[in-house]
This record gives sequence, structure tokens and C-alpha cells, in this order.
Amino acid sequence: MADRTLTVRALARVEGEGAMHVRVRDGAVEDVRLEIYEPPRFFEALLRGRRHTEPPDITARICGICPVAYQMSACLAIEEACGVEVSDAVADLRRLLYCGEWIESHALHIYLLHAPDFLGYASALDLARDGRGTALVERGLKLKKAGNAIMELVGGRAIHPVNVRVGGFYRAPARAEMASLAEQLRAALDLALDTVTWAAGFEFPDFQHDHEMLALVRPGQYAIDRGTVASTGGLSFAAAEFEDYVIEEQVPHSTALHARLAGRGRYLTGPTARYTLSSQWLSEVARQAADAAGLGAECRNPFRSILVRAVEVVYAVDEALRLIERYEPPAPCYLEVPPRAAVGHGATEAPRGVLFHRYAIDAAGLITSARIVPPTSQNQASIEDDLRRFVAGRLDLDDERLTRQCEQAIRNYDPCISCSTHFLDLTIDRG
Amino acid sequence: MTGQVDPGRRTVVVGVGNEFRRDDGAGPEVIARLRARQPGDADLSCVTLAVSDGEPGRLIDLWEGTSLAVVIDAVRDSSLSPGHTCQLAADALAGLADGAASTHGIGLGDTVELARALGRLPERLTVLAVVGRDFGFGAGLTAEVAAAVAELVEQVRCIVRQPGRGKGMGVRVTPGPFGEKGF
Repeated sequence: MADRTLTVRALARVEGEGAMHVRVRDGAVEDVRLEIYEPPRFFEALLRGRRHTEPPDITARICGICPVAYQMSACLAIEEACGVEVSDAVADLRRLLYCGEWIESHALHIYLLHAPDFLGYASALDLARDGRGTALVERGLKLKKAGNAIMELVGGRAIHPVNVRVGGFYRAPARAEMASLAEQLRAALDLALDTVTWAAGFEFPDFQHDHEMLALVRPGQYAIDRGTVASTGGLSFAAAEFEDYVIEEQVPHSTALHARLAGRGRYLTGPTARYTLSSQWLSEVARQAADAAGLGAECRNPFRSILVRAVEVVYAVDEALRLIERYEPPAPCYLEVPPRAAVGHGATEAPRGVLFHRYAIDAAGLITSARIVPPTSQNQASIEDDLRRFVAGRLDLDDERLTRQCEQAIRNYDPCISCSTHFLDLTIDRG
Repeated sequence: MTGQVDPGRRTVVVGVGNEFRRDDGAGPEVIARLRARQPGDADLSCVTLAVSDGEPGRLIDLWEGTSLAVVIDAVRDSSLSPGHTCQLAADALAGLADGAASTHGIGLGDTVELARALGRLPERLTVLAVVGRDFGFGAGLTAEVAAAVAELVEQVRCIVRQPGRGKGMGVRVTPGPFGEKGF
């Protein structure tokens, strides 16, 4: 086999800007690199010197797709530092808001970013233009809208919510306001179930990985807004110990840090990790949908992540309905969080995986150091390893087809480059 | 929105942009000016005024079912002077859709084509584009774009007063940054 190089200079249908480079020498894959060239954004630096009440609003600006994740991890970290624990009612309202973000983010990725790959379209626009695809895109937009509705009511607006504060919420919606939301979500549950059935019919490449998978776990509940960090390799630790277990390193070809588990190596976080570690705690309707779709107890085929996302949308809609059913406005809707000199840690399940925050604050409440570890940077090493093995098995393909399949493979992980920039443009160098 | 609206003749004016990205805030600024005038302005009495970050689903929801939608947006075009304004009809935007954008790069051209594919375009869509100079971080329009806002306000009033005037012209533009990562 001749030497060859594949290059994708600007990856489409991913969140942010990045490239992929594959070098093949003597018929073997010599190197695969995800090149994240979106500029560093220095959020950790600009948080220093800010008040301890500001991280939810500042870090929400890291991402327009998963701002709630940033707000929730930030709140948990600051509240831990200040020794404040919010009420169950506030925690439930946070979980409801988070469900909205999962629905919105997953529906976007399933229908507008990833499904075109499985159905043979260049884009969601081409899918929508095809008479058979129009209703599919409409279904995706309706699902996404249901997520937006939660975000707007609980968060104050659909992007970069403004109703979240350290200690709780500025305003708790009235019960009556939840009624129309529940009506919209009941319709969305049918759309979500149809999505699982539809995605289960896709043709999934035969590909398995052996990565250690890492996710929050909270026995009895599918972890979203809190939990213990756990892995398929038997690790279990609190968010406060995250930096003892997760090592971040710079790599020359990326503005995002690569992460590995200390003494163990690469790992994978995200929907398939969550599903593998917590599928037993899905709600009945989500569990039945997963079973009917042929998902077993674990999922190690990254191409089937679209199916797991679809199941998670069912879960998020169902969970949102459960939370609304028993909703009583928390009173008070927030607790004062007086500062103290301390360090706090927070970890929640962003749509793309575990999101860790750590803040040190002084007695006056000013932030002296901040650390944010987003899911995409944690996954980069595993994505590169998967791509290396995926390409090695498909070197007989011409560059155009191989490039297209590599892009589909990268989208399995729904990489959020803007969050990790610290990302796509594919080159295949065959020499 | 004020006044009695004939459900079959709804008009919506949407300012697309992000006020914290300098000239990208032109659309929202035009809407702010229109809102200030709306109570005493008969031309605007039955017009829905809205600001959008450009996210396709919400933008399509805003204009679906209307007889006329006017969208004001800042654009990049190095061949035209900052502050230059032009009017575009929906058909003129088709060439700007590439379908390959990332989630926060879906432009107005793609949104229009998506709406067309879904059968959710307004009866008539007119885009008022203003060429921006600075799309960096920060609030406030550059002097050139700020100077064009009054003209854009008058163009909107003229179009909604005489809907036939808003059929647009095929002017070449390139799409600007529609809001921030908001999809």
C-alpha cells in the first residue's frame, strides 16, 4: 500500500474549529492527530480576581450548547468551597434545567449533525430538502424546541441562561408556568421514542473500543447534576479527588490539553460511558426503549453513541416530566453563600461527559485560581486511538471515502472544540 | 407588539446579532430604535419586533406564517465600505448556503434554505444588511455602522408601510457572524 496523507482542514458539523491529520507509511497508520487550532480562550485566567458569585455567568459563556453544564459545575464547586448545600427542591430545579440542555444538545447532534452521515446526506439541509427527510428534520427541531422551552422557563433564556446563581436561582417558576411545559414535553416524549426506533435502524460499522470509561454515578438515579466519579475499571472517587486521578498534558498539535487517568492512560467520557455505568438507573420508559433498540448493558461501539443519545433524550424528557409533576417552587429559591478562604470542586454530566471545575477563593470572596476540565479534552486521546484503529482497517478505501468515514467517526464523540480549546480539517498523508 | 393584527397579514421585523460583538449588534440596535418609536408610529403599530441570536429554529419560528418578515443583520464584505447597507430578497440568499457549517456557524443563508425546505418561509422575506467593520468582543457599534442605523430604521418603516417595496435586489454579500455559538 502506498504512503498517503488524509487531511480535513476544517471539520464540519462539530462544535468549533479543528482539523484531523492521518499519516500512512508502508501501508500502516503511522500517526493520527486531532489538531485543535481554535485559539485558547483563557477562561481560567480571566476568572482569577473575579468574585466568587461570578463563575456561573462567566463560564456559561464558554459554550452556547452546554452553558448549563458550566453553570452547574461552577455552582457546586463554589458552594462546596463555602460550605453551603442547597435544598433538594433547588437541586431538583437544577436537574430540570439540565434535562432541558440534554434534550436541546442531543437533538441538535442527532438530527442536524450526525444523522446525515448515517443516511448518506452531506448535511441536514440536504436531508431537509429530500422529501423523505423533511419530516425527520422537523421532528428534530421540535424536540430541540422542547429542550429550549425548559431552558427559557427555568433558565430565563435558551442560551446562556441568566436565572442561575450560586446558591440557587434568582426566581423560581410558579407551578402554573410548568403546566404548558409539561404539555409540550408529553408530546416530545413520543418524538423522543420515535427517534430511538428510527436511529436503531441505522447501519452501524462493526467497531469496538476497549477504553476505560468514566462517568458520574449516583446509585438509584441516572447521574446528571451530581454523583461520584466512577470508571469501568473500578475507580470511584469524589470530585474533590479529580485532579489526583486525572492528569492533563499539553500536546504540540492541539490548543486543548489531553487527559489521562494517572497510572492507567486514556479514557472515554460521555453518553456511552454514562450508559455503560448507569443504564440500570434509566427510567422504565427509557430502559424499555434501549432494550427495544438492541442496546445491551454496555455500549463500546462509538458509532452507536447516536442511539445512546436518543435513549438519553427519552430519559431527559421523562425525567423532566417527573420533576415537573412533583414540582413545588423552592422557598427560598436561593441561599446566601458567604465567602470563606477555601477550595471547592464540582463535577456534573455535560451532554458530552464529565465537566470538572475547581476554584480557590480567598476570605473576601475573590477567586485566586480556577481549573476547568471539559469532556472533549478528556476524550481526545481516545478519539485519536479509535481513529488510528478505524483507519487501519479501511486503508483500501480511496481518500474521499476514507475522509468521509473519518469525519463520521469523529462526530461519534460530538466533540465540542470551543469548550475544549482549547478543533476539524482532515489530512491523510499516504507518503 | 401593539395594535390589532390581522392574522393573515402579520409582519415581523427581526434584528439578528449579538450586542456584545461590536457591529454584530446592528440588528438589535435597529430593533431598540424601532421599539422606542413604536407607540406613536402608525407604520409600526401592528408590527412584531424581535431580536434573535440567529439560531435557526427560533428564527424560523419568528417568521413562520407571516406575510412579511424583515431581517436586519450585519455582514462582512471587504469589497464594500463599513456602514454600507443593502436590501436582499430571500432568493438572493440561496447562494450563501453551504450546508456544511458547524453549529455556531450556521448562517442566515442556510437558515433561509432550511426554512424553504421545510416550507416555513414567510410569504416574503427581505433582509437589510449592513456591512460591519469590527466583529470583535465588546459593546458598541463602530461610527460607520452607528451612522447607518437611522437609515436602516427608515428603510424598515418604508418596507412595512409599503410592503411591495421590500422585494430586494440581488446584492452580493458574505454572511457575518450571526450571534455567537448559539445552535
